[in-house]
Amino acid sequence: MGKAVLVIKGGEVLDETGRRRADVAIGAEGDVVGVGADLDGNRVIDAGGCLVTPGLVDLHTHLRQPGREEAETVESGSRAAALGGYTAVVAMPNTEPAIDCASVVREVIELGAKALCDVTPAGAITRGRAGVELAPMAEMAALGVHLFTDDGAGVQDARLMRRAMEYATSLGVTLGQHCEDESLAAGGHMHEGEWSSRLGIPGIPALAEELMVWRDIALSRLTGAPVHFLHLSTAGSIELVRAAKAEGLAVTAEATPHHFTLTHAEVVGYDPLFKVNPPLRSVEDVVAVKAGLADGTIDAIATDHAPHAQETKEAPFDEAPPGMVGLETALALATTELGLPVEAVLTLLSWRPARIAGLAAEHGGPVAVGRPANLCVIDPTATWVVDPATSASRSRNNPFAGRTLTGRVRHTMLRGEPVVLDGEAQR
Amino acid sequence: MAERERRITPPYGGVFVPRTRVMDADAVTRAVTRIAHEVIERNAGLAEVVVVGLQTGGVRLAHRLVEAFERIDGSQVPFGTLDVALYRDDIGLRPVMPEAVTAIPGDLNQKVVVLVDDVLFTGRTIRAALDALTAYGRPRAVQLAVMVDRGHRELPIRPDYVGKNLPTRRDEAVDVTDDGVELGDMVRERR
Amino acid sequence: MRHLLSIADLDVDVIEQVMTLTDSFVEVGERRIPKVPTLRGRTVVSLFYEESTRTRLSFETAAKRLSADVMTFSVGSSSVKKGESLRDTVQTIEAMGVDAIVVRHGSAGVPRQVANWVEAGGVRVINAGDGAHEHPTQALLDCYTLRERLGSLRGMRIAIVGDVKHSRVARSNIAAFTVLGAHVTLVAPPTLLPESLVGWPVEVSHDLDAELPKVDAVYLLRMQQERQTEALVPSLREYTACYGLTARRAELMADGAVILHPGPMNRGVEIAAEVAECPSSVITRQVANGVAVRMAVLFLLLAAEGGDVADE
Repeated sequence: MGKAVLVIKGGEVLDETGRRRADVAIGAEGDVVGVGADLDGNRVIDAGGCLVTPGLVDLHTHLRQPGREEAETVESGSRAAALGGYTAVVAMPNTEPAIDCASVVREVIELGAKALCDVTPAGAITRGRAGVELAPMAEMAALGVHLFTDDGAGVQDARLMRRAMEYATSLGVTLGQHCEDESLAAGGHMHEGEWSSRLGIPGIPALAEELMVWRDIALSRLTGAPVHFLHLSTAGSIELVRAAKAEGLAVTAEATPHHFTLTHAEVVGYDPLFKVNPPLRSVEDVVAVKAGLADGTIDAIATDHAPHAQETKEAPFDEAPPGMVGLETALALATTELGLPVEAVLTLLSWRPARIAGLAAEHGGPVAVGRPANLCVIDPTATWVVDPATSASRSRNNPFAGRTLTGRVRHTMLRGEPVVLDGEAQR
Repeated sequence: MAERERRITPPYGGVFVPRTRVMDADAVTRAVTRIAHEVIERNAGLAEVVVVGLQTGGVRLAHRLVEAFERIDGSQVPFGTLDVALYRDDIGLRPVMPEAVTAIPGDLNQKVVVLVDDVLFTGRTIRAALDALTAYGRPRAVQLAVMVDRGHRELPIRPDYVGKNLPTRRDEAVDVTDDGVELGDMVRERR
Repeated sequence: MRHLLSIADLDVDVIEQVMTLTDSFVEVGERRIPKVPTLRGRTVVSLFYEESTRTRLSFETAAKRLSADVMTFSVGSSSVKKGESLRDTVQTIEAMGVDAIVVRHGSAGVPRQVANWVEAGGVRVINAGDGAHEHPTQALLDCYTLRERLGSLRGMRIAIVGDVKHSRVARSNIAAFTVLGAHVTLVAPPTLLPESLVGWPVEVSHDLDAELPKVDAVYLLRMQQERQTEALVPSLREYTACYGLTARRAELMADGAVILHPGPMNRGVEIAAEVAECPSSVITRQVANGVAVRMAVLFLLLAAEGGDVADE
């Protein structure tokens, strides 16, 4: 055993291989040098009553840099991520400029080098996310980009999407789709249904999402390319993915905490905090998302952390930008709301998303000697009240303010560095 | 009891509990008849007279006055009602609500308006009524008839015709009906 | 009542109170000098993000007849053009010490948002139409106008015809008519109905000819040119052929049945010119009653409750 500089003591290790009482020793190089009983090191971090797990991985984070630094920066967003137990996040490419070429990828990677968690950029599928011509995927893949998406918008043109998928098969990368048929969704600001009709807000039908899910499943079947469905929100989408998986197609999917906790009825007060895309759906859809998470149809919980500056959300509902923050609440919402065993929750938040993101070598793997110490220490019984004012994010658009949640991140280790200790960011 | 009075006598919004009967039904009838004669005498007839009862307490009396005119000299005196809620000087200080729709017969230009109310107290209702009348024209004269003048004036207003002068304490209340006039107190409503 | 944001917030007693009060204000409007001093020293601001001269003038006339000071904040000539946010605009107006803000906006829910922002300050907010959500004073004046002609709305059958989907007038009126005991039938092509009618106390028909003989009142909604380009109707001509109140169709209506329209009318589209002028039409009464109803609403919000009565 290498020399331990730090020992996480008194906790219960929980990873893909199971649960066991063990201390975890971390060496000077930031990797795990021991897992077992009664380990000693120069510095001891208490984990009594807590779970020691691989760090969480978010497949879907908007860090807003470059371009919208008033809403979030890589630094502030990564701090929020670390506080939420994340050791890696995939940064969405809908920045200004978009992450659609090697130079912007390099800029984000560089910013991420100083962050409180690993930041891995997703690349755009099309230049400028304009949905017209393919972005240089190979030059981005060469810099380590594994996930490509035009998130914020879906690739509308079926022929272009087909070409992107065909091209992707040669690069070993995955295309992520924001499923939204714009001709059906155009002008909509919330889920089309009982509440949109009553409130007089133009609706986005569930079909706008499902039509593109169906199309991309068919394109995956045609091209053999893997496709990852971002933030699925409707019962119909989940049923389509369930069938595609049964067929053996290379499809994966994620869902957000807000889509398994909130419904369109939240919009009743016209607060743009509850405006998000895809929109908050019906109770039946929430039930279906939960069922999809429970049976593995949905592979991962992703936050779709979408910070927006206060003044942009203090606008008429129609004019406010969609999105809500979520990095600091995802784990606790999952443990509180899903009714799943904690092993299942971490499967959805850590090892499965790590694989989809192509980060399994560093993140989400077993807590074992030789692995990088990207770890999260969770107190599963701690209850706390969500207070947006104390968030590390630059933005306050949190729809969960005032909610009492059970399960809280206590410490986060990034390659052995305690970036969060007892719920406080260390830098 | 007029809603107005209920609202301005403490405890506000209470119910009236009578203590002393100060006029009986006959006395009220005699007073109406006497006032009718006084109006006729003072105006040398009824040619230009219009009777306007204040909502709600003055309306019944105004109606009786018109009937008395008809009995005495056969005249059909024009009769109207006036709600002063929109002209009150305590809007914003107390709850205010119109009690009935105002109905003024025709133009009041050059008419002699006899305002009728049941009880004259602070004078503020009459002040509001004088203000309200201006929206209907410019009467030659406005005269005031009340069944009871209970004193405690807060404005320089005096009645032209009075059924009875009744000294009262400020916190007492007066109720005028066809059956007579009673002096009593407002008490808090039991819930 | 703190604000008037939606008919859905009102119970039958409040609506009846507005109707009764309106009687008083109709009388005020008939006076030689149609003005009362009730709201002297109060300031009412009309904040119109969407041009609507008739509604704005109706509110401003109502406020002026109550002797309130009236300020007009019209978006075309203001700092909004310079990019000021809605919230900043509202805060600026609130800081001037106003008593009520009459809000018109193209987005549903804005009056509710404004009410939340001014909650601490005591300013009253009146919805003068928000997106496709509600237009509560229009519904109140429509109820008043119907009562003038029909007596009571209880048991009456009312057809609302046209673009219900985009209509704030329809949403407010459905709520108001039904709370007063009327039965409402929506008559429109499916493209102009809301996607969901769950919880709506209405019946639906696509056959105006079949409905007209059964109704006590027909309420025509404004049909906008844009609906054609949005593929909601093939053409205005076809709309008129199926859903327009032509002279022939007006003949189908029972004696004493009335015709309403919130204005401005597209003569020859949803209503034929001669039908708009016929004795069954109460369209000009609607406009006249609009001022009195808005006076009643301003009175209720700004004067009726008054301060606290000291309980000595």
